[in-house]
Amino acid sequence: MIPELGSAAAIVALALALWGAVAAATGARTGRPALVLSAQHAALGVFVLVTACFALLTYAFLIFDFSVRYVAINTNLGTPFYYRITGVWGALEGSIILWTWMLALYTLIVILRHRESAHELYPWVLTVMLSVMAFFLLVITVAAPPFARLTPVPADGRGLNPLLEDTGMITHPVALGWWSYHVLGWGGYWAWDPVENAAFMPWLTATAFLHSVMVQERRRMLKLWNLWLVILTFGLTLFGTFLTRSGVIASVHAFTQGSIGVFFLSFLALVLLTALALLAWRWDALSAQGELDSVVSRESAFLLNNVLLIAAAFTVFFGTVFPLLSEAVRGVKVSVGAPFFNQVNVPLFLALIFLMGVGPLIAWRRASPDNLRRSFLWPVAVGVAAAALFSALGIRSTLAVLALALTVFVAATIAVDFSRATRARLRMGERLLPAMGGLLRRHNRRYGGFVVHLGILIVTLGVTGSQAWSVQTETTLRRGEAAELAGYRVRFDGLTATEESNHFKVAGAFTVSNGRVLSVLRPAKKFYPQEQSPIAGVDYRLGFGEDVYLVLGDFARDGSEATVKLQVNRLVSWIWIGGAVLTLGALLAILPDRKKPA
Amino acid sequence: MKGKFVAGGAVIAAALAYMIYAGVTQSAVYFVTPSELRAAPVVGKAYRLGGLVQPGSLRWEPRSLDLSFALSDGKATVPVRHKGTPPDLFGESRGAVVEGSWTADGYFKASLILAKHSEEYKAPHDGGTTLGKDLIRTLQGEGRQ
Repeated sequence: MIPELGSAAAIVALALALWGAVAAATGARTGRPALVLSAQHAALGVFVLVTACFALLTYAFLIFDFSVRYVAINTNLGTPFYYRITGVWGALEGSIILWTWMLALYTLIVILRHRESAHELYPWVLTVMLSVMAFFLLVITVAAPPFARLTPVPADGRGLNPLLEDTGMITHPVALGWWSYHVLGWGGYWAWDPVENAAFMPWLTATAFLHSVMVQERRRMLKLWNLWLVILTFGLTLFGTFLTRSGVIASVHAFTQGSIGVFFLSFLALVLLTALALLAWRWDALSAQGELDSVVSRESAFLLNNVLLIAAAFTVFFGTVFPLLSEAVRGVKVSVGAPFFNQVNVPLFLALIFLMGVGPLIAWRRASPDNLRRSFLWPVAVGVAAAALFSALGIRSTLAVLALALTVFVAATIAVDFSRATRARLRMGERLLPAMGGLLRRHNRRYGGFVVHLGILIVTLGVTGSQAWSVQTETTLRRGEAAELAGYRVRFDGLTATEESNHFKVAGAFTVSNGRVLSVLRPAKKFYPQEQSPIAGVDYRLGFGEDVYLVLGDFARDGSEATVKLQVNRLVSWIWIGGAVLTLGALLAILPDRKKPA
Repeated sequence: MKGKFVAGGAVIAAALAYMIYAGVTQSAVYFVTPSELRAAPVVGKAYRLGGLVQPGSLRWEPRSLDLSFALSDGKATVPVRHKGTPPDLFGESRGAVVEGSWTADGYFKASLILAKHSEEYKAPHDGGTTLGKDLIRTLQGEGRQ
């Protein structure tokens, strides 16, 4: 009964979304507000129904309704409570419901904020959002039905892919890197895997847009370019879904193959064609009003930033689809791995970091020698001094020295700007802390942006450190024997086996010391009944400077020997800290503007 | 003014094209099956080889970390050697993909072993349970001595 209710809700939601899209468009063209109002009601209905779908699926997970195929595949009687909740969106069908629900939520927000505004574009926004939702609801009803029945009904389910049974999954895609680092057991956080690339590309183009739209606001330029970026970003999110969900490129993540790929590719084609047609139709309304005055100006810094971000996105795209291209053109399947992505992207990212220092401080239109001197004399001096210092400290890698020096340079530009603005406020008679707080609040977009930049600098520090200075070894130890790496001594003390709610766990005890005992790490292997082979459970000791990271490899049945992979990863914690700072900055930047009267 | 920007754009595009070209030629990895590799092996070229781990071919020496096995596609087999623990999900009669190169000594030197996992539905089986119970028994029995 419950599954049928869910399917029915999805079908009704699909019908409502289709009606709403048509009604809003017709209402706008013929000027009948009643139709727009009807579309608005349809959108509210879609939100309620998709919420119901999500709730019903969650309920099916909670009561172990194994007659639903999706539940049977992704849970079993031993699955703990949290993972029954997160399992709801742990695989394809549920993740599409979650996505649709978020779209419905955005539409709801648009309705709540703009229904009174009577803006001429409002009905068209409804049309577009409802059409996109209609597509996702079509996927839910036809291509990937989450409520499909399974007969005969199994006594127990297969269980969630144990790799996904991690607290990181509760926050889902936000924590992809964290998940790789803490669960997958290869001690890395980024592998240029197609799935990661698919998530990264729209992020790059969206970042390009965030910057170039400032040029549009300020100088009335780049309108067409900005529209391209928006279209590209949306297209890339769909393309990413196609890439990861169609199994077209073999990937460690190895997602399901199925008809879903055709759906997403067709929709992508439809979106791009519609967007192109709209651009062609309104071409003359989009011509630029401003002009570039000088190469040394903020416009051109932003333009270069855009070119580099697009170049990076193109590189990632090219590398990701390269196996398909080579197979189609030359008949041999050739892939390019992480070395390709690193080799091409590292110079681009270093240049972007440099621009991150230049862009926010250089003058609009044409930078005067005085502007350049006032803004950049100190930061450049500090950056050069830092480079000299890092070389003197014995950092061999030129790349690491360059990355760190650029980081220092950009941090110095932020400091210069912030202190200049604070001093201006102090002269107005404000006290120090209120002056700083006032800056953050009143110019939240600018300083939120700076905080985001600081977050990226911190991430850069972590990535540089982990790439340049991490070390690892793999060895087999007898009980009582110890391995040494980078000043750490890791002694194998023995194995224990325990029975957990839904798996058996064999854990090794390893005492980590550096002169004194620091901790006992217990990397484990988990044996899930539904899996052919065990899953590694890593253990680690995190620190600001370095992490000690242990993966239990093989072990002797009698517990006398264990093979262990030991890594000392430098500065990795700063990647997560930088990510948190970045998120805070983004939140600060999107706070409602206080300058405008409410 | 416009000329300067066009020139700058051209320089960036050319540099990017060169970097991509150099990157591809240096890090291209060729996907081959055991029979394709056997037909025309090139020493030192980077390959990604996929096949089934032949039953009875798997040898694992924990002390020296030497792992060797043979990958087969039914028509040809390729001996593979690797330094390191076999990954989870790796075993005889199961699919595996290895990355590395062909050596002059007549074996494939793997630098990376990729395990394949899938989201396909499998009926629950008790293989893991038996193994787990067995382990608990041996480890606890061992502990009492």
